[in-house]
Amino acid sequence: MVQEVDREGVRRLMQQGAQIIDVLPAQEYGEDHLPGAVNLPIRKIETEARRVLDPGRPIVVYCADSA
Amino acid sequence: MYDYKAGKQDWMGAGLPTEGTNAQRPRLVDVLRRDVPTCSLDERLGDVRDRAVAAGWDACVVVSQGRVVLGLLRAKELDADPDLLAEQVMRPGPSTYRPFVSVHEMQRTMTERNMESSPVTTSDGKLVGLVRRQDIGAPG
Repeated sequence: MVQEVDREGVRRLMQQGAQIIDVLPAQEYGEDHLPGAVNLPIRKIETEARRVLDPGRPIVVYCADSA
Repeated sequence: MYDYKAGKQDWMGAGLPTEGTNAQRPRLVDVLRRDVPTCSLDERLGDVRDRAVAAGWDACVVVSQGRVVLGLLRAKELDADPDLLAEQVMRPGPSTYRPFVSVHEMQRTMTERNMESSPVTTSDGKLVGLVRRQDIGAPG
């Protein structure tokens, strides 16, 4: 089940070792991303998620904004 | 799994650090002044001016209880009748900028619009600090 989280929640999850996933295109990721975030563009999630993500750790996904 | 719905813009809008090529370039969060005096709408202008001057400032940002920017008092406004209220004298609804805006872009904006200073806020309008033209220089 996916839970929404706010900025402070993300900071807490980071301290707990969560995986931070940036789903934006690689260029945007390269310019700016949250500290420690891994780039997994949305069109590659299905093929790459199993390889990139550790199911034993919390996962936080984000995009540019809520639009 | 968690969805940070507000996203990267929210994170950067709060002035939090990022990584990447842009992270190395100076941004407003690196040069803004967090110690800018603030006041409420109903404060007496003379009291606001005295407090600002004592702190070494010639400007004050008018904010709500939740620190949302409502107006700006620059030197000219602070010199008005001291018995007026901040609300009566302030420049309402000033242009605001986000902490992640580059210094280079702000230099250009301040020159084109002949701005002395501008509040820097989060994406929901809460004051982070004030950026002053004297602190960012002219466009290169």
